[in-house]
Amino acid sequence: MITQLAFYLFATVLVLSAVMVVSARNPVHSVLFLILAFFNAAGLFLIAGAEFLAMILVIVYVGAVAVLFLFVVMMLDVNFNQVREGLQRYAPVGAAVGLVLFAELVFTVGRWHLIPDVTPAAVAAGTPVLGNTQALGQLIYTDYVLLFQACGLVLLVAMIGAIVLTLRERPSARRQDVAAQHARQPADTLQMMTLSLGQGTDGQGGYLRPPGGYGAVAAHGSGRAPEDHETNQHLGA
Amino acid sequence: MAHGIQLVGLGPFLVVTAMLLVFGVFGIFLNRKNIIVIMMSIELILLAANLNLVAFSAALGDLSGQVLTLFSLTVAAAEAAIGLAIVTVYFRNRGSIQVEDVTLMKG
Repeated sequence: MITQLAFYLFATVLVLSAVMVVSARNPVHSVLFLILAFFNAAGLFLIAGAEFLAMILVIVYVGAVAVLFLFVVMMLDVNFNQVREGLQRYAPVGAAVGLVLFAELVFTVGRWHLIPDVTPAAVAAGTPVLGNTQALGQLIYTDYVLLFQACGLVLLVAMIGAIVLTLRERPSARRQDVAAQHARQPADTLQMMTLSLGQGTDGQGGYLRPPGGYGAVAAHGSGRAPEDHETNQHLGA
Repeated sequence: MAHGIQLVGLGPFLVVTAMLLVFGVFGIFLNRKNIIVIMMSIELILLAANLNLVAFSAALGDLSGQVLTLFSLTVAAAEAAIGLAIVTVYFRNRGSIQVEDVTLMKG
């Protein structure tokens, strides 16, 4: 009884939040309802006995994918009023297609039924009862190991692709030049001076600092460390 | 091991997944201008497929369906990452993510 109650609760919230995902006016609300939908789908997975997948759904989808969506929605400064226009124009077509699809599914499922004497796959007597996670692990690492490796490859390619797509070289960015750092000598940046008593370094190269201060160097965007500027200025002086 | 699927039955699961699929397709048509909401609708469709696989896997007592769900989750995550990267790059270049403006390759 409690299972049916939980199922219908999860299913109702899932379908309602799916409706809100596609019809929310603000895309941020859409993403938040998507997260709610994922949580309820995880609940349905739990009812179906797929504990490991439920946890994966929460961790991967809510923790990674939905947050990625949220991040992109908030990062892109999109004019959503412009995006929303034409909604009334598209709604009838979408509703018609959705209704046709749903009718097809109803007709299909209505005529379809499980053979009554189909029982869950027979378990040999004496087989130890494994938890869902353990059984899944034994299956993944034996029968489906190649597919599992291919999954890792897909994720690797996706990661490299996303980095390659979004990485850009900005001329104003200040980067670390490891070779320059390693080749640096004390004499490049340090000058020993002999000063008589009471005499400052003013007028003798002075206190080494770029003319406009360090901020000017960064804004200028030479991409080099400010120490190099000091050195050049000093050596030129 | 009595799963909840025996108590609830396969039919309600299939109805829920069918409704999820229909709302996903409806969302693609409704938000035709907003690529991000279209991608969220695709996520809903994939979620419906995953739920269907898990329901059948539990009802038939075969764990292969759950393995397949694991793999489709992987592919869906990769798809979302690449898609959002493309959206970001496109927005950076064009300053808009209007789907109807994406006509550069029309010739």
